[in-house]
Formats: sequence, C-alpha cells, structure tokens
Amino acid sequence: MKLPPSTIILKPGNSEQNETGSWRSLKPVVDSKKCNGCGLCWLYCPEPAITKGKPVVIDYRYCKGCGICANDCPVKAIVMVEEGQK
Amino acid sequence: MKQLVTGDEAAAIAAKLARVKVISAYPITPQTIIVERLAEFVANGELDAEYIKVESEHSALSACLGSAAVGARTFTATSSQGLMLMSEILFVASGMRLPIVMANANRSLSAPLSIWCDQQDSVAVRDCGWIQLYCENNQEVLDSTIQAFRIAEESLLPVMVCFDGYILSHTAEPVEIPEQAEVDKFLPTYKYPYLLDPEKPITMGAVGVPEYYEEFRYMLQEAVLKSKEKIIEVGQAFGRQFGRKSDLIECYRSDDADVILLTMGSLSGSIKEMIDEYRGHGERVGLVKVRAFRPFPAKELVDSLGHAKAVAVLEKDFSPGSTGALFSDLSGAFVNSRESPLLLNFICGLGGRDVSSLQIREATKAAMEAAKTGEVKKTVRWLGLRETMVGLKP
Repeated sequence: MKLPPSTIILKPGNSEQNETGSWRSLKPVVDSKKCNGCGLCWLYCPEPAITKGKPVVIDYRYCKGCGICANDCPVKAIVMVEEGQK
Repeated sequence: MKQLVTGDEAAAIAAKLARVKVISAYPITPQTIIVERLAEFVANGELDAEYIKVESEHSALSACLGSAAVGARTFTATSSQGLMLMSEILFVASGMRLPIVMANANRSLSAPLSIWCDQQDSVAVRDCGWIQLYCENNQEVLDSTIQAFRIAEESLLPVMVCFDGYILSHTAEPVEIPEQAEVDKFLPTYKYPYLLDPEKPITMGAVGVPEYYEEFRYMLQEAVLKSKEKIIEVGQAFGRQFGRKSDLIECYRSDDADVILLTMGSLSGSIKEMIDEYRGHGERVGLVKVRAFRPFPAKELVDSLGHAKAVAVLEKDFSPGSTGALFSDLSGAFVNSRESPLLLNFICGLGGRDVSSLQIREATKAAMEAAKTGEVKKTVRWLGLRETMVGLKP
C-alpha cells in the first residue's frame, strides 16, 4: 500500500472503524434505577460513546474509560469499576 | 525595470509579484519592513490577499498551515527569536508537506540579546525539513523568493529564503524588478493535490503511530533530497525567462584554485572582491558559494572542491561543543571520498560584527599555509576574536 506524502486520510469516517474500547482499564457502569436521563454524561462524553435515554446506554466498543460521565453525573448513577469486574 | 530597494522590500515585492493569497506574519527586526510593505500593498488594493494579524510567530505559521492546506499561495516572514518561536510549527509544515514560503532576515539569537546579523537562527533549524536558500544580494532575494514558490509547490515542501539582516535587509541596492505578466507566466496558479475542502472532507496531520511514522519521515527525507533537482530545474527556467539563473551552489574562479573559500549569504560578495585581488597577484584562490543549504549539495560540493588542496569554510554560526554547521556538513560530504582537501573552519561575523577584508585574508592565509605544508594547525578558528577579553591572552 503506497502511503500519501503525509498523514492525510482521504476517506472520512474511519473513526467508526477504529474501536477504542480496548484502551479502557476502568469501566463506567450505569445504575438504571438512579439514572434520571438528564443527559449530562451524553453531553460531556468526549467520544461520544453514550446514547441518550433513561437510563443512558454506554457503547463499550468506543468508551475509553475516561470517567468524565461518572464524575459529572449529578445523581451518582455511574460508577467506575475495574475492567473484568462485574 | 531597475529600482533601488532594500532586501526586505525585495522580498515583499517578490511576494506581491507571486500574487500570494495569504500573508500571516508578526513583525520582528530586521524583517519588519517586509510585512509592513505587504500590509501596505493589501491596504492599497495593490495585492488581493488576506493579511492575517496574529499575536505571535507561533500563530503566524500556524495560520499559514491552514491557508496552504486550502490551496492558497502562502507567505510569511520572520527573523531570529521569531523563527525560534515558530520552530515547533516549522516541523509540522514540512511533515504535512505544505508549500509555504518564508523570508528569514538572518539575525543572531539571544543571549546576549542582539538584533544584528548572523545566520545562527536559520542554521539552528536546519533539521526542520524546509528547503533553505541563502542570498548574496538583494537581486537574489527577489529572484529566490519568486523561485521559492515554484520549488515549494512542485516539491510539496516549505521553503525558507534566508538573507543577512541589515547587510541586505536594510541596505538599498539596484534590483531588476520583473513585469507582473512575466512572473505570472513563471508562476501559474497551482492546485494543492490534497485540498482541505468541506465538500470533500479529509483528515490532515493525523497521528503517525509507530507502524507508520518511520515511513513518513523517510518520504520527507526523499522529498528534500529530490528537491535538489527541482531547485536546479526552477533556477534554469528562471534564467531562461529572466536572464539570471540560479543553482544549488555558485563557483567563482574556483575551477583551477588550490585554495577555495566556502561560505553562504552576503559574505560571498565581499569574498569575491578579495578573490579578484588574489587573482590579480597570480594566486590560485577561488570561492564556492552555497545557495541551497538544505537540501545539502554534498555531491556538488565534493565535485567542485575535490581538486583543491585546502578549503576554508567561513560561516556566521556555530554549534557549541562542535564546529560550524556548514563545516560539519562539508566534512560529512567528504567522508567516503578517496581524496579530500584539507578543511579549515572560520567562525566569523557573529552578532553583526563586520567581516573585514583583513579577516578574509587571515582565513585565506591559513588555508594557503595548510595547502603548502599539507597540515592544518588549528581546525576551527574564530576571526576577529579579541583574545584578551576572553582570557586567551593576558
């Protein structure tokens, strides 16, 4: 495969193919009883790996485990747990 | 038509004749006149360009990245501390293969604070992946700046046109200014092949992970090496159209010389005068002037210096703890040659100190002595150094 002369990506939208979930060491877990669906976590998620709703749904294929959602949740409905734990 | 212009004005006129579309720059001595003139051209409606005012040189060059990426012919100018502040973005421009042209009025670096000329600023960033052209006089400033756009656009590399601060930047000389129509013919509108266009989104300047980084760096190396041919080709095309051709190096009465002086920039003019004097006395002394410092014309220098007995490299820069940069590159060029002339290095003209005919004679004399004895007594010498002040003499 011949590369372009610099790191130019000519085909847009490839971030969808690049699943970043494997980067995660801490995983956000939503307590569906506590979540009031305010959407703050959806707003602040940098990926975005959160779908709005009550409760919100996290897409673990892309979530890097940054923890912003858990930090910003006003009702403490999201907790970060170690990968591999339930 | 000939006009009396300073080096700074020559650079500004060249950028105007090239019909630059975007100028983004921050004023700094001794380059300021360039951006002042360009600002006037835009304000007067003589030049149809965006003039982007910024808060620093870092931002100036960053803005240039964007404008070059959308395919606009882009120009900036700086000096010294400004170039240092740009240094991060210099590497980005070449790595992204954006054909930006910059004028650099060579000025020494702080500390001690100095606004005067030497070439330490551009020499310090010789590894940034830009083509670097050095000018002997104001005509060359104009000619090289016009050529720089074509070299940049056809090589997809940024080009820095360097000329000595004050000695050229603030000194008026008669300069042949070409007609606009002629420059238009020489510099047709160009199309950047990887245009940043909202209609057709692409990603530019993406991360280079370890699996790819080395390949991109290799391609940059190949591109800069290959730009040698482009510099020659464009220099010849310019010569055919305007009657003044340029090359990677210029040889002045050096073909049969036993002793050759090597330098870059305005010092070449002073040395040419001295060469004529030596020749008048039957001494076989010549000059080779380096115009393109990057790409380094290693083969061309070996070919044109190889026959000499001794070569004296005079340069307005040095690498603390090593030698002058031109000298170390030249030494490297001869590394696998069967025969090499004796090489001597003379550091001179730092921080705006004039390089006198006496100093040029001193360097020539040392090189002649080496040629005669086959021995170099001292490889690196500082010309004009006041030895009592630095404790070398009581």
